[in-house]
Amino acid sequence: MPVPEALEFFVDPARCIGCNACVQACMECDTHKGQSMIQLDYVDRRASTMTLPVICMHCNSPTCAEVCPADAIKMTEDGVVQTARKPRCIACNNCVLSCPFGVPKMNTRMGLMMKCDMCYDRTSVGLKPMCASVCPSQALAFGTREEMARLRPNARAVNTFQFGNQTITTKVNMMVPKATRAEHLNVTAAMHEPTLGQNMLEDVFGDVPVAGES
Amino acid sequence: MSDVPTPPLELNVLNAFGPHRAYAEGIRVDSGVVPDKVVKTHCCFCGQQCGMQLKVKDNAVVGVEPWYEFPFNRGMMCPKGVKRYLQQGHPDRLLHAYQKDPAAPGGFREFAYEEAIRKVASEIDRIQRAYGPNAFGLLSGASLTTEKTYLMGKFAHMCLRTSHIDYNGRLCMVSAGAGNKKAFGVDRAANPWTDILGAEVVLIAGSNVAECSPITTNYVWQAREQGAKVIVIDPRITPIARTCDLYLPVKPGRDTALFNGILHLMIENDWLDHAFIDAHTVGFEKVAEEVKAWTPRRTAEVTGIAERSIRTAAEWWGKAKTSFLMHARGIEHHSNGVMNVLSTINIVLASGRLGRPHCGYGTITGQANGQGGREHGQKAEQLPGGRDLGNPVHRAEVAALWGMQPEELPQPGVDAYELMRKAHRGEIKGMLSICFNPVVSLPDNNFVRAALEKLEFFATIDFFLSETSRYADIVLPGSLQEEDEGTVTQVEGRIIKINAAVTPPGEARQDWRIIQDLARALGREKGLTFQSPKEIFEELRVLTKGAVIDYSGVTYERIEENYGVFWPCPSELPEGVPLPGPQGTVRLFEPGSWNPVAKGKGPFYFEDGRAHFNVTPYKGPTEDVDADYPHILTTGRVVSQFLSGNQTRRIGPLVDYYPEPKLELHPRLAASLGIADGDWVTAESRRGTCTVRAAVVETIRPDTVFLPYHWGGRKSANQLTVSAQDPISKIPEYKVCAVRVRKAEAPPEYAQKLEPQQ
Repeated sequence: MPVPEALEFFVDPARCIGCNACVQACMECDTHKGQSMIQLDYVDRRASTMTLPVICMHCNSPTCAEVCPADAIKMTEDGVVQTARKPRCIACNNCVLSCPFGVPKMNTRMGLMMKCDMCYDRTSVGLKPMCASVCPSQALAFGTREEMARLRPNARAVNTFQFGNQTITTKVNMMVPKATRAEHLNVTAAMHEPTLGQNMLEDVFGDVPVAGES
Repeated sequence: MSDVPTPPLELNVLNAFGPHRAYAEGIRVDSGVVPDKVVKTHCCFCGQQCGMQLKVKDNAVVGVEPWYEFPFNRGMMCPKGVKRYLQQGHPDRLLHAYQKDPAAPGGFREFAYEEAIRKVASEIDRIQRAYGPNAFGLLSGASLTTEKTYLMGKFAHMCLRTSHIDYNGRLCMVSAGAGNKKAFGVDRAANPWTDILGAEVVLIAGSNVAECSPITTNYVWQAREQGAKVIVIDPRITPIARTCDLYLPVKPGRDTALFNGILHLMIENDWLDHAFIDAHTVGFEKVAEEVKAWTPRRTAEVTGIAERSIRTAAEWWGKAKTSFLMHARGIEHHSNGVMNVLSTINIVLASGRLGRPHCGYGTITGQANGQGGREHGQKAEQLPGGRDLGNPVHRAEVAALWGMQPEELPQPGVDAYELMRKAHRGEIKGMLSICFNPVVSLPDNNFVRAALEKLEFFATIDFFLSETSRYADIVLPGSLQEEDEGTVTQVEGRIIKINAAVTPPGEARQDWRIIQDLARALGREKGLTFQSPKEIFEELRVLTKGAVIDYSGVTYERIEENYGVFWPCPSELPEGVPLPGPQGTVRLFEPGSWNPVAKGKGPFYFEDGRAHFNVTPYKGPTEDVDADYPHILTTGRVVSQFLSGNQTRRIGPLVDYYPEPKLELHPRLAASLGIADGDWVTAESRRGTCTVRAAVVETIRPDTVFLPYHWGGRKSANQLTVSAQDPISKIPEYKVCAVRVRKAEAPPEYAQKLEPQQ
């Protein structure tokens, strides 16, 4: 069965608390037991507790599949980009290198590329993926567009990303502040801008004296 | 200091009993199999008590599945909940009784269960005959089901007739409990968590919500989506503080000053609910007098928070129409913990925002049964139903139901730390401990080890050999949460049902059976012959009838039908007073509500039905910094570990996420000490020394360092902490002591010899 059309994935990194529940839950999948398909990183732990969970964005025109010389990466009719097919994958790493979001992982022990398939065993029968089920902050959320509009009136979903000259649209949505006019997220441009909030942190503790500091 | 003690490395016992790390591969049953059954139950760890389903194969827990219907968490779980299944089939699980034997590998040899029971009983008997009933003490815990906590109290007070029982909630919930009783006459979070949604202001004081009660995060974020302003008070910018609307970086131990300062501004600007104060409270004038001196400038000086931030907080709080205030150990773990709690309650009472939808107040419980575990008689001064062991009326009520004379009940005892001091002084000669790991969790734990070594006899009931059990003469193999059934009461005051997924492995027994086996071996089994947890609950609920904490209308069936029942839930009330609905009393202090103390005179649990303002004079921490020890140490938790780590330090994927304790310090402090991120650093207090790696982060006050406390031995933060206690609640001051920090000369000896979790 395909994933029901009304159910969508929404990512809101502003909510993420870095608790690792998504990573731990992802490891519970029987097809990749003990190995998580989610990448959870601190952006800059020295400056902030800010964390970013990265799941497969399930591109409408997936670069990973387009560059695969063995045609091992298939997209099902519901738009879910599946993990590489074991008999076809030649472990060439093309997909790993080309994915703009850095999602596919090469399992060198198995000689197989593995990636998030949006818990196809669950979502194809109407259940939530494990990560979005457990996420205590609902930074990873799975539900209907109407539900999200009702629960998060100050945010809206964006699914267009700009990487240099490449424009990518995805099945998975990223939540952005409703007030912003941006129609897409310019990922590479953001890499060159300073992280917001640093100055605020310095202000907060600026007056606190340190023993022995001259 | 050269004379501070250093804990032994105990390599021998570590090799035999762990903690070792378990992963999905290598537990007793393959976790990839199709389960025989799926059991609806709750997490074994914190007070949120997330509903979850355990997958069971061949009488072993092999996995976890969300339980979407349970309303509190709707499938959400933190990493500990997701991975808790790895403990049940763990290679370190105790499958037998053990007797101390220095000749055996690991220092213990297997011992037949019945023989072990006879040995423990004969030692209890010997010590009590030789030195009196109070020479034997019991240590219990708030991760046990309510049935077990009730049984522990009965075992102490009726069977052993000792005053000396206390529990590890003494390190957790007692400041909140004492404060709530003084202000409201009852000790429970006043509101269901759904009241957080729709609050205009959510004020979080001393609670690392994202790491210690992760599921509450979604309530806070959801409230914010609906327009709430979130205020966080914490010396660290924790993940919940990162995106809050107003962050108040309080200097550890100065919370009363802050709340007095906020009340000062509320009065100055007349942001008060006069109608509520006049009709439903007493004591406001005296409190107003006390806070007069707490001008914004003085508050800022004492708390280390910018004056304008204090003014903003007071204005937001003062002008809000609805609000929710929650606090946790950050303001409670202090020698002025009860004052801190009362000072927060004062600003809630002054606002009048209580007892209505979206107008809430509550402490966030720490342990699984942090609420239920403090209700039914395992606290030193307590009898079931929240009754007092020192109250003649309460003594008579309970004695009658237990079939004994009131004078046969012992007098109130002392707190858990004082039990250790008594052991150290030789006044207590023997102890039995269950669900408590004081060698890791009590402050100044070098003293605790010395106290345990002085006992003539020490026994524990444990599922893994904890750091404390290493000091035992006999270890009895108890049960994990998933191996027994019963009830617990979670953060909202909701009584929920824990269902057994499996039976205990090997010779391990359900804890309540072990206690009853001991009573039988002592020849004092009267009143301790229950056949099931349900039978214990039936006795307990009848016993609480008419008490403040009234469970009399609660049954296992009613709990399961309604996804939990909130107490009070009486079985009958005076004519004309309606019984609560199927879910019990979901919200306390509603206008017009009836309770057995006020009897209709008002919503609060005092004879006149009024809440009490309490004067909260500010007193700083017991051990402040000085020239010798210039840095404030504060302690706390990380998301992937739980309490003393006896369970979570054995779960491989959780260990991997945060393997070892790190000392957090600000770059400015680090620079002044010549410390770089990842360096080995030594923190010393007057009581102990601890060498760990540094985490240099901008998210902590530059005058404060932070160390998580989940590890034992030489990695234990509680080697450093001070055993100063609150004079009312007796909670230890984990959140402030003075240390000096320096770059270590060399890596510690343990670095080469121990695994990270050991």
